[in-house]
Amino acid sequence: MLNPEMLSYVYGGLMALAILVYAILDGYDLGVGILLPTNNDTDADTMIASIGPFWDANETWLVLAVGLALIAFPTAHSVILQALYLPITIMLIGLIIRGVAFDFRAKAKIKRKKRWDTMFKLGSILAAFMQGYMLGLYVMSFDTSILSILFALLSGAGVVGAYTLIGAAWLVLKTEGELQFKAIHWCQFAGRITFIGVIAVSIVNPLINSDVYKAWFESQMPLILLAPPVLCLALFIVQDRVLNKLKRNNEKRGWLPFLISAVIFILCFFGLTYSFYPYIVPGQLTIFEAVAAPESLNFLLYGVIVVVPTIILYTLFSYRVFWGKVQPLSYY
Amino acid sequence: MLDTLLLSRIQFATNISFHILFPTITIALGWFLVFFKVRYDITNHPVWLRAYRFWVKIFALTFALGVVSGITMSFQFGTNWPGFMEKVGNIAGPLLGYEVLTAFFMEATFLGVMLFGMNRVSPRVHTLSTVIVAVGTTISAFWILSLNSWMQTPTGFELRDGIVYPTDWFAVIFNPSFPYRFSHMLLASGLTAAFLIAGVSSYRLLKKDNKHAPNMTLKVALTVACLLAPLQIFVGDLHGLNTLEHQPQKVAAMEGAWETQKGLPLVLFAIPNETTRTNDFAIEIPKAASLILTHDLEGEIKGLNEFEGVHPPVKPVFFGFRIMVGMGMLMIAVAFITRFSLWRNHKLSHWQLRILVAMSFSGWIATLAGWYVTEIGRQPYLVSGVLTVKEAVTTVASTNVAISLTAYLSVYIVLLVLYIRTLFYTADKAVQVEEYDYSIVKEVHHA
Repeated sequence: MLNPEMLSYVYGGLMALAILVYAILDGYDLGVGILLPTNNDTDADTMIASIGPFWDANETWLVLAVGLALIAFPTAHSVILQALYLPITIMLIGLIIRGVAFDFRAKAKIKRKKRWDTMFKLGSILAAFMQGYMLGLYVMSFDTSILSILFALLSGAGVVGAYTLIGAAWLVLKTEGELQFKAIHWCQFAGRITFIGVIAVSIVNPLINSDVYKAWFESQMPLILLAPPVLCLALFIVQDRVLNKLKRNNEKRGWLPFLISAVIFILCFFGLTYSFYPYIVPGQLTIFEAVAAPESLNFLLYGVIVVVPTIILYTLFSYRVFWGKVQPLSYY
Repeated sequence: MLDTLLLSRIQFATNISFHILFPTITIALGWFLVFFKVRYDITNHPVWLRAYRFWVKIFALTFALGVVSGITMSFQFGTNWPGFMEKVGNIAGPLLGYEVLTAFFMEATFLGVMLFGMNRVSPRVHTLSTVIVAVGTTISAFWILSLNSWMQTPTGFELRDGIVYPTDWFAVIFNPSFPYRFSHMLLASGLTAAFLIAGVSSYRLLKKDNKHAPNMTLKVALTVACLLAPLQIFVGDLHGLNTLEHQPQKVAAMEGAWETQKGLPLVLFAIPNETTRTNDFAIEIPKAASLILTHDLEGEIKGLNEFEGVHPPVKPVFFGFRIMVGMGMLMIAVAFITRFSLWRNHKLSHWQLRILVAMSFSGWIATLAGWYVTEIGRQPYLVSGVLTVKEAVTTVASTNVAISLTAYLSVYIVLLVLYIRTLFYTADKAVQVEEYDYSIVKEVHHA
C-alpha cells in the first residue's frame, strides 16, 4: 500500500505520460486530418489509410488522461473542466465530427465523400486549435483578460502547427512517391512555423507568468535543466536539414522526421511540466493537495501495474501488424 | 430561462440516451461477428465471410458513434456534475478507471486489426482479434453497469466528513442490483442486435437480394431472438423483485401504486395524477401486481405514500415501464411467429419481412424506455440515499450550458439521421454488389 505522497507521484506521472502519449499519437492523426486535401481524392484516401487502424486507440489516451485526472485528482479535474467549459464543448464537437467523418466518408454516397473530407479536416483543425487554446488558458491560470486570451489564441495556433508537423512527419514515414514529397515540404513548412511558435511561447510565458519566471530564472536550477530547451531548438534545425536531404533522396531515413518530432514533443512537454510542477491547477492546487483517497488509488494501482504494460505491448503489436508503407485501405 | 440544474440534466440525458444506442448494438453485434467468423473458419463456406464483411462495416460505424459520444460523457462528469466526483469519486473513479484500462484500449486497438488487418495477420489471429473486441465491449459493460448499479444500490462504503470511502471493493462491484442489471442489459443488447440484423436482412431480401447471406443472417438473428426473449422475461422479473427489495419507491412508481395495499391490482393503463395522487382512466387486473411481485394474491406492496417528497416523478417511470414491457412482448411475438414461419416455409412472406424492417430499432425503444424507468426511478437521488442530483450540479452559468446543449443536440440529431440512412444505404450497396470472388480471399488466408 502506497502512501498519499507516493500515490501523487505515481498518478501524477501516469497522467503526464498519458497526456504526452496522447499529444504524440493523436497529434499525428489530427495533423494528417489538418493536412487532408479536399481536391485530391487519391492522396486523401492514402492519408486516411495511414491513420485508419490507429486513430481510435490514439484518442483513447485522451480518455485515459482525463480519466486519471478524474480519478486521482477529482477536485483539480472539476476546477479545470468547469473553467474550460465552452472550449471543451467545441473541442468535443470537433472530435465527434472528425470521428464520424472517418467512417461516413467510406460508406456514404460517392458525391458526399468530399463533404466528409472537409468535415474531417475542419473537425481536426477545431480539435487541435481548442486543445492549444485550453493549454494557453491553463498556462495563464484561467485568467480571462485580453492578454491571456491573446496568449491562448497564440497557443492554439502553436498546437495546430505542432500537430501538423508531426502529422506530416508521419506521412513522410508511411507514404511514398509524390505524396511523400508533398509531405516533406509540409513537414518543413510546419516545422519552421512551430519553431517560431515555440520560441514565442517560451519568451511570452515567463514574462506574463511570474511563477514560471521564478521556476526557470530564480530558482537554484542546475545547469543541466537548460539542456532540454537548447536541445529542442537544435532539433528543429536538424529536422530542417534532414528534410532537405530527404528531398534529394527519399529512400533513406524516412522515419527520422517522425522520431525528431516526437522528441521535440517530449522536450516541450518537459518544459511545460517543469514550469508548473508540483501544481496541477496553476497557482491554486498541487498534486499533493488534490490527490484522492489512498484506498481507491491503491485499488486501481493493481490494474495499472498489470494492464498498462499490456496496453503498451498490444499497441506495439498493432503498429507491427501495419508496419511499412501504407497500402490502400480495404476494409477486410 | 431554464436553470443550470435542469439544463445540465437535459444535456446529460441527451448525451447518455444518444450514447447508449450504439453500445447496445455493438456489445452483442461483436459476438454475432465472432459467430460468423468462427463458422467461416470451420466450414470455409463463403456465405459466413459475406455475412461477416457486411456486418463488420455496420459494427465499425456503430462503434465510431459510440466512441465519440462516449468521450463526451467522460468530460461531462467534470463539466456538469463536479459534486458527483467530489462526493463519490473514491468509488466511481476506480470503476471508470478499470473500464478505460481493461476495455477501451483493447477494443480500439484490436478493432484496427479486425477491420483492416485481415490480409496482414493469420486467420487465427484475425479471429482472435474479433473475439478480443467482443470481450472488450462486454468488459466495458461490466464496469459501467457495476458503477451504475452502485449508484442505485450503494454498498461497501462508509461516509467520513461527508465524503464516501470504499471499505469493501467486492461489495462495491458486486452490489445488490449489479448481477440483475448486468444480465438484463446484456440480454437487451442481444435482442437489440438480433432485431437489427433481422430488420436489415429483411430489407435486403425485400430489395430482391438473391444472395445467400441475408437469408442466413435472418435465420441466425431470429433464432437468437427466440432464445434470448424468454430468458429476458425471466431475468427482468428477477430484476424487478430485486428493485422491490432495495428501491421499493421505484416499483411503486412503475406500478402506479399511490397507497400501500394488500392485493395490489396490475394497472394495464392509466394516467397517473400527481396532484390528486391517484390514477385517472385506470384499466386494472385485480391483485395481479401483488401476485407478480410477491407471488401471493394478498401480498402487501408499499405505495408512494410511504415515500412522500423523496419518490421519483411517477408519470415517466410509469409510462416508461409500460413502453418497455409492451415493446418486449411485441418483440417476443414477432420473433416466435417469424422464426416458426421460417422453419415451416423456409422463407418469410412480404408482410412478415416488412414488419421485421419496421422493427429494426425496436430494441432501442425498449432499452431506452427501460433505462428511463431505472434512472428516473432513482430520482431525486444521483446516488440512492447518499447524494441528490441537485447537490452534484455545476456552478457553470446556465447560458453556457444552454449553448453546449444546443450544440450537442443539433449534432446528435444530424448524426442519428445519418446513421440510420447510412445503415440502409450500406444494405442497398450490398444488394447491388455481384457475388465476390472469394477464392482470392481464401488464397490470402491460406498463404
